[in-house]
Amino acid sequence: MRKSMKLGLGAVLALTVGAGAALADNIKIAYIDPLSGPFASTGSNGLTQYQFAAERLVNEAGGVLDGQMFEIVPFDNKVSPKESLIQLQVAIDQGIRYIAQGNSSGVAHALTEAIDKHNRRNPDSRVLFLNYSAVDPALTNDDCNFWHFRFDANADIKMDALTDVIAKNDAIKKVYVIGQDYSFGKAVAAATVRFLGEKRPDIEIVGNELHPIGKVKDFTPYARKIVAAESDAVITGNWGADMLNLGKSLVENDFAGPVYTYYAAGSGITAAIGESGKGTIRLVAQGQINPPPSEEAAEYYRAFEAKYPDGNVDQSRITNVIGMLAEAIKTAGSATDVVAVGKALEGMEYDDLWGGKVYMRPQDHQLIQDVHIHVHTDEGLTFDYDKSGFGVLVEDTIEMAGMDSPTTCKMKRP
Amino acid sequence: MDLILVNLIDGLVTGLLLFMLSAGLTLIFSMMGVLNFAHASFYMLGAYFAYQVSVYLGFWMGLLIAPPAVGLVGAMIERYGLRRVHQYGHVPELIFTFGLALLIEEAVQFIWGKDQIAYNIPEVLQFTAFSIAGNSIPAYKVFMIFISVAIFLALLFVLTRTRVGMIIQAALSYPRTVEALGHNVPLIFMGVFGVGTGLAGVAGVIAGPVLSTFPGMAVVLGSIVFVTIVIGGLGSLWGALVASLLIGWITTFAKSYNLRMEDLLTGIGFSRPEPIWDSAWADLWTLTSPQIADILPYLLMILILAFRPYGLFGKRDV
Amino acid sequence: MTEPDQKHTPPPARTPVRARPAPVTLANALPWILGGLFLLAMPFIFQSNSAITIMNQMAITIIFALSYNMLLGQGGMLSFGHAVYMGVGGFLCVHIMNWGDVFALMPLPVLPVFGGVFGMGLALIVGSFSTRKAGTIFAMISLGVGELIAACSVIIVAFFGGEEGISGDRTYGLPFFGVEFLHQIEVYYLTAFWLMLSALLMFLFSRTPIGRMANAVRDNPERAEFLGYSARWVRFYSFVAAGFFAGIAGGLFAINYEILTEENLNLATSGQILLVTFLGGVGFFFGPILGAILFTLLQTVLSLQTEIWQLYVGVLFLATVMYFPGGLAGVLMMHALPLRLGQAGLLVGPYIRTLVPAVVCALGAASAMEILFHLRHAALGESEMTLFWITFDSHAPLPLAIAAVAAVAGFWLARRSAPAMAEAWHKASTPHGGAA
Repeated sequence: MRKSMKLGLGAVLALTVGAGAALADNIKIAYIDPLSGPFASTGSNGLTQYQFAAERLVNEAGGVLDGQMFEIVPFDNKVSPKESLIQLQVAIDQGIRYIAQGNSSGVAHALTEAIDKHNRRNPDSRVLFLNYSAVDPALTNDDCNFWHFRFDANADIKMDALTDVIAKNDAIKKVYVIGQDYSFGKAVAAATVRFLGEKRPDIEIVGNELHPIGKVKDFTPYARKIVAAESDAVITGNWGADMLNLGKSLVENDFAGPVYTYYAAGSGITAAIGESGKGTIRLVAQGQINPPPSEEAAEYYRAFEAKYPDGNVDQSRITNVIGMLAEAIKTAGSATDVVAVGKALEGMEYDDLWGGKVYMRPQDHQLIQDVHIHVHTDEGLTFDYDKSGFGVLVEDTIEMAGMDSPTTCKMKRP
Repeated sequence: MDLILVNLIDGLVTGLLLFMLSAGLTLIFSMMGVLNFAHASFYMLGAYFAYQVSVYLGFWMGLLIAPPAVGLVGAMIERYGLRRVHQYGHVPELIFTFGLALLIEEAVQFIWGKDQIAYNIPEVLQFTAFSIAGNSIPAYKVFMIFISVAIFLALLFVLTRTRVGMIIQAALSYPRTVEALGHNVPLIFMGVFGVGTGLAGVAGVIAGPVLSTFPGMAVVLGSIVFVTIVIGGLGSLWGALVASLLIGWITTFAKSYNLRMEDLLTGIGFSRPEPIWDSAWADLWTLTSPQIADILPYLLMILILAFRPYGLFGKRDV
Repeated sequence: MTEPDQKHTPPPARTPVRARPAPVTLANALPWILGGLFLLAMPFIFQSNSAITIMNQMAITIIFALSYNMLLGQGGMLSFGHAVYMGVGGFLCVHIMNWGDVFALMPLPVLPVFGGVFGMGLALIVGSFSTRKAGTIFAMISLGVGELIAACSVIIVAFFGGEEGISGDRTYGLPFFGVEFLHQIEVYYLTAFWLMLSALLMFLFSRTPIGRMANAVRDNPERAEFLGYSARWVRFYSFVAAGFFAGIAGGLFAINYEILTEENLNLATSGQILLVTFLGGVGFFFGPILGAILFTLLQTVLSLQTEIWQLYVGVLFLATVMYFPGGLAGVLMMHALPLRLGQAGLLVGPYIRTLVPAVVCALGAASAMEILFHLRHAALGESEMTLFWITFDSHAPLPLAIAAVAAVAGFWLARRSAPAMAEAWHKASTPHGGAA
């Protein structure tokens, strides 16, 4: 009885796991990100952006090499490192050679290490890791490897750009740093102290603190402290509900200065902040949406909105992932030889759809690109987020941010 | 000094909100002996229902309609789900509510999606009520305090001064006798469950706009509600009130004042290791009170359970 | 419901009442031998790496669920923080992996022992105050301890590594008869060995006097006290043993994934193992095994098929609590008696008449959910969807109507024939009931 049970279930397992091996001609990219659970909104939003970019940038142009199409295969990792590793194995077994992931640096750490080990242990089925969003600096410093490519500016580069802007603003004399109590929040705090100390030693950091991640129900006490410290600006790396609640609390308690954030846009946050954060909330990110840098970009955005009226292009770097991968496959002349594709990606210069050039720095596989400071507003927008009438508008741009930033990466190349 | 007053008010708001949840939970527990793990999910349902109503009829109708709707859902779940599981004993009941919490979260995501939703404070309340030394107290907070206090008084009145309240109190201690007197005890159970979940619904309606409405909001608040009623003493309404306010103030003050472990350790005679980041105890030395503010209630609960298992005001064992 | 008392212990064995170990007979040993052979054979049936990865995950979940059932099923202790003991054991094992000098002298297969000992150590500390009472007080303490340790994991970076956790490399251990554990298949056999060993040990534990007394204390602590047993110490021993085996599972997790994170400690993981154990059935030793297999399949395979898989799991779980509190194992064991009486044949007809409509109902309801979900969340202009190998337009009313009709009709038919099925079961379970 027990045995037949196991056998029956086993057959199901064999069926489903084997099912992916059909359609062999497509170049498949495994998208391993949360599609269920609390972070699913970011995950499913990213998936539609990948699918749209693959369709529009590659497949409509006739594919790459001899007409091979890009196909995005979604895998739900529930932002769990363990699930990600299982799904990675399933993806590799389906013959997939490219892994895209971005939500949570914790998962990115798990994946990059697992991929490094896998590629060492199984040279026949090596894979590349296209990290489009996890910004922990360590991934391109101490923990770098040849298989990992990061397409977002890392936390240090963003902070470098942000402090450039703050340094120009003489009205800012006091800064408050607050973040979630984990590696990323700590990295943001450390970078703030370091860069501000170099660029504007006269600025006083009146507060530098961490709060438990995802556990704080009411940010009012923090907002009170920030107001009481008479700070002129707030810097935070918070995301998700922690970002939204902190922003709301600050505005509610009459904090008027700029709140510099990493993740206060899209996924419902823009709509939920709405009128209250107008002109206060700032966002440091790559990719210029408003005003659209070119007619081509505007056209792309309109087509996306027509297809996904509920979605946002809030991770515009995804077009770079797809575009640069297609270029690299063309240069390498093969989609299966990931070492050649990886070498083609190294040092590649590419015209960003969102204006400017981008450059994949070969020393550490960090994409160097323009970083913008956006403001949350409802004026002068061409495209809004969350159908709310509000969106982000570029205020300031640092070109090729972090081009000469140091790296501790010692990469071993195959 | 002024800041202390402001923090007292902030803590009061948090505490009263917690009380609205824990009052219903402790009422349900004392009546049915069930710890309703899904209680915070009803709080979430309250926020979502009110949002849906407010889209069409405005915030005030939401406040009026959503809590009874949540209570009705709660009563139906008691009638058709919990009552069935009741016969198997308390552990399956607890497990049932645990599964219910998962299911409600999934259902909310299915219907309203996974994003934050734009459920906001009504415009009439978007002003500053008064300020204390430059710290403004928004009118909405004052409104929250009034609603919670009104509900507490109403609850106290119903339980101690009305016939229904008498029957409920009697059913708490002697369900069989009450049944023998001709009262419909299962109906009372259903009613209490409905009212308890309805109270959680009220909390959701008024907290949704400030604490933001998203599918994870039940999880954020979930276990802290148990902690409250365990600290207060299971089944005790006064205990729930005291514990809620205690937790509200502890967390608020811990966040407001940067008490540092370093000061404490040097105070009792340890010397700071240099450089700090190489020390094995670095994590301990750099600890600050805001870092641990929201986990202090758990520590408090474990201490209480280990030394005074019936809580601050409880009369019987958990 | 036609459910035998769900609290009853594994089938009242033919062992004498005095807790003398049963003699090892072929009948006793047969399930274990078959199980072992089965584990040996599995990789030859499923050769792909992902299948082996999933089987490894299953094995770890089985050990963890069996350890959890030592508390819930055998001891009557509902824990909301059992993940902590597995996680902490796993973390220690990764630290040992990173401790190059020591690890280079240690063959990998002994590593889980250290996880077990460490998990047991933590259980000793926590158990010393949490096992004084069972019931709600135990549940609440376990919840508090679980939340505290999970929260500490991002604060105490030195041991838990913060949010990204800590990772190691299993291949740096002393080669074990030349095997370096580079490949999944080698890890599979290591995991399978530990699965057999721990399952056997846990089974034997349930047959020791302490294991027997745990059942007595669960059912009636006062009476056990009168018999001269301290209910508290009996609970304490079970708790510590459960901590040990959870730690073993943690060690295997460390070997498999080579990384441990906050996820291994948090409330979600603790809640999940409760779900797994209860789905499988807490009343029987092999219940959690079934639960672990089923849940791992749902989690890794169903989640690839549908985005709303957690909704289905939630419904399945609630249905189990409401209608089959004995879990999957309980349902299976309901048929032991008819089988022994040779009257299982009586059940075939009624089962077909009820279960076929029930399956239709479930599939219809699931299809309706999928269509509604697609309607709400799919891209504009993408109205085509594929369900059960049929592609259709999700915006047309017809498919939804068909699904709804299937669900309602299936429900009605199943409900109508359910009493007959229950009656047939009673008949089949009564000696000579069918004939007389």
